[in-house]
Amino acid sequence: MKSLGSIRRSFAPWTDPSAKPYISFRNVTKKFGTFVAVDDLSLDIYHREFFALLGASGCGKSTLLRMLAGFEQPTSGEIILDGVNMAGTPPYRRPVNMMFQSYALFPHMTVEKNIAFGLKQDGMPKNEIAERVAQMLKLVKLEKFATRKPHQLSGGQRQRVALARSLAKRPKVLLLDEPLGALDKKLREETQFELMDLQQDLGLTFVIVTHDQEEAMTMADRIAVMSAGKVNQVATPAEIYEAPNSRFVADFIGDVNIFDGLVTSSENGMLDIAVGEGFTIRTPIGNMDVRGASRGFVIRPEKIRVSREAPANAGINSARGEMWDMAYLGDMTVYFVKLPNGQTVRASSLNAQRSVENPLGYDEDVWISFDGDAGVLLKD
Amino acid sequence: MVRLVNGIFNRLVIAIPFGWLLIFFLVPFIIVMRISLSTTAIAMPPYTPVFDIAGGWEGIKDFLSQLSFDNFLYLTQDSLYLKAYISSVTIAFFSTLLTLLVGYPIAYAMAQAPRTIRPTLLMLVILPFWTSFLIRVYAWIAILKPEGFLNQILLYLGLIHEPLIILNTNVAVYIGIVYSYLPFMVLPLYSALEKLDGTLIEAAEDLGCTRFQAFWKVTFPLSLPGVVAGFLLVFIPATGEFVIPDLLGGSETLMIGKTLWAEFFSNRDWPVSSAVAIVLLLVLVIPIALFQNAQAKAQGE
Repeated sequence: MKSLGSIRRSFAPWTDPSAKPYISFRNVTKKFGTFVAVDDLSLDIYHREFFALLGASGCGKSTLLRMLAGFEQPTSGEIILDGVNMAGTPPYRRPVNMMFQSYALFPHMTVEKNIAFGLKQDGMPKNEIAERVAQMLKLVKLEKFATRKPHQLSGGQRQRVALARSLAKRPKVLLLDEPLGALDKKLREETQFELMDLQQDLGLTFVIVTHDQEEAMTMADRIAVMSAGKVNQVATPAEIYEAPNSRFVADFIGDVNIFDGLVTSSENGMLDIAVGEGFTIRTPIGNMDVRGASRGFVIRPEKIRVSREAPANAGINSARGEMWDMAYLGDMTVYFVKLPNGQTVRASSLNAQRSVENPLGYDEDVWISFDGDAGVLLKD
Repeated sequence: MVRLVNGIFNRLVIAIPFGWLLIFFLVPFIIVMRISLSTTAIAMPPYTPVFDIAGGWEGIKDFLSQLSFDNFLYLTQDSLYLKAYISSVTIAFFSTLLTLLVGYPIAYAMAQAPRTIRPTLLMLVILPFWTSFLIRVYAWIAILKPEGFLNQILLYLGLIHEPLIILNTNVAVYIGIVYSYLPFMVLPLYSALEKLDGTLIEAAEDLGCTRFQAFWKVTFPLSLPGVVAGFLLVFIPATGEFVIPDLLGGSETLMIGKTLWAEFFSNRDWPVSSAVAIVLLLVLVIPIALFQNAQAKAQGE
């Protein structure tokens, strides 16, 4: 069975038309004065899903999260959570909890008291609070730090206290606003997997806001790529990466080459795009019969081969160029090949062997080539 | 050589503030202390013994033997002084509490105001300082007196039928203190509240607090350093306040500042008034020192 990406997912309620969404944004618009932060946005998130809102700063992703938490009210449209319209429900009555980017730990309270805060607010009996706090401390491995104040903790420890505090009330949905932004790279990677395990174990719905695509790809079941208050694409990480639905998404996620050209023919289910002299792309037609139109073809660097010898059928899905630049990154090598039309093509190859016979050098004449189905045709 | 110069420079940097404190605080304190241990006399200066360096070692011994704690004993014998201290501390305490009640909402509103208009608001709080303190207190006489602005307005509105007697009562003293010391309360409160991270309130709301609960559980505890600073800044000078009780208070308003003034200028009894001043200092300094010590300990934990 062929599928996009290298991971098989058993959890995919979004493919099931009878599945009921857990969180629904319906035509939600949020304006601050004349600025439109969220623009007529509709989005469904399913129970137990790890959902990521990904976008550059100012794209409206945080506003969306804050509307779900109840800190902002939509200007129009509605938000449904577990079958209940959230309009007019204040933050303290919503079955969601938020982990803040700055962690927002109460500086005048110990770790214990911070975690117990929400439980106490709910009037939980004292012995149950103590039990739950102990459980949360164990979950985030901070048992030894129970009586410390936030300023006596490291950044990573504070992050875990914030997580414990937001999980203590067993919310239906956990909202995470750039939760790992303040951690260093190594700790961030560790924490990503911890968060995933936690979400699996607790069976909760997580909605995370991030601008870090790697973070979103690592953790999320599905990603919504956002810009200018709108959702550009909602799909699994593999779909977003392998089949971006627009030039923006393709460009936003990962490194990419986009070849633009005129569609010259479409025969036998194949489409020819003339990119330049001696460079034609032949790709499966999909459902687009668009002779005479200008189209973009998106292909990722690791799907492009670089060689000295001309490939078979030279000129179709291959082009001649000059080695412009190279970078050895350890796990892979990145090549920048300049085509006669001036476009620089980025190609990367995995360094599966320690040593290479007669490696490619600067200013060499080389060929780039790829498979016709290794890329995606854009609608524009 | 460089190290030596640096060493001298470092010592100098520390020495200058110490020297300042020594000359302007410790020396005057010692002079007042020394007068408080003397006996009143009709002379220039109006107390004995007078220190004479020409007397040599014997002179110093003679001088020291004449100093006594009689004035402090005298303060305990006449109940006027005890009453004045208690009344001063009580008036100062309650007027400080009132100042806090009035000042907190002002400081809170200022801290919540848009960033762009905050400097203007801050300016408005400090603005009264541009006018002389004495003139501002006199202005209150014009407002509070039986035929003053306040009574005229209330009579005109029909809220009262005969003028309220406010001037020359303790109420006028409270009004005067709250008005005069309000900026000293507002400024430290504002600086504490302004630093507060707004997301803490959101976090409290997220965890189940209403706005009001979030205020009492998060905002107020975190503004306590400002509350303490404002309280001390108002309470200390208010306890020794002389002008306000003298101008706005009546004959029954007993405050230590007034007593001290009377001792100095009416009785010309420098030693007893110095003793009054020393005791006032101790009354204020000891509890504050204990309090700050406790606070430092709490912060160290």
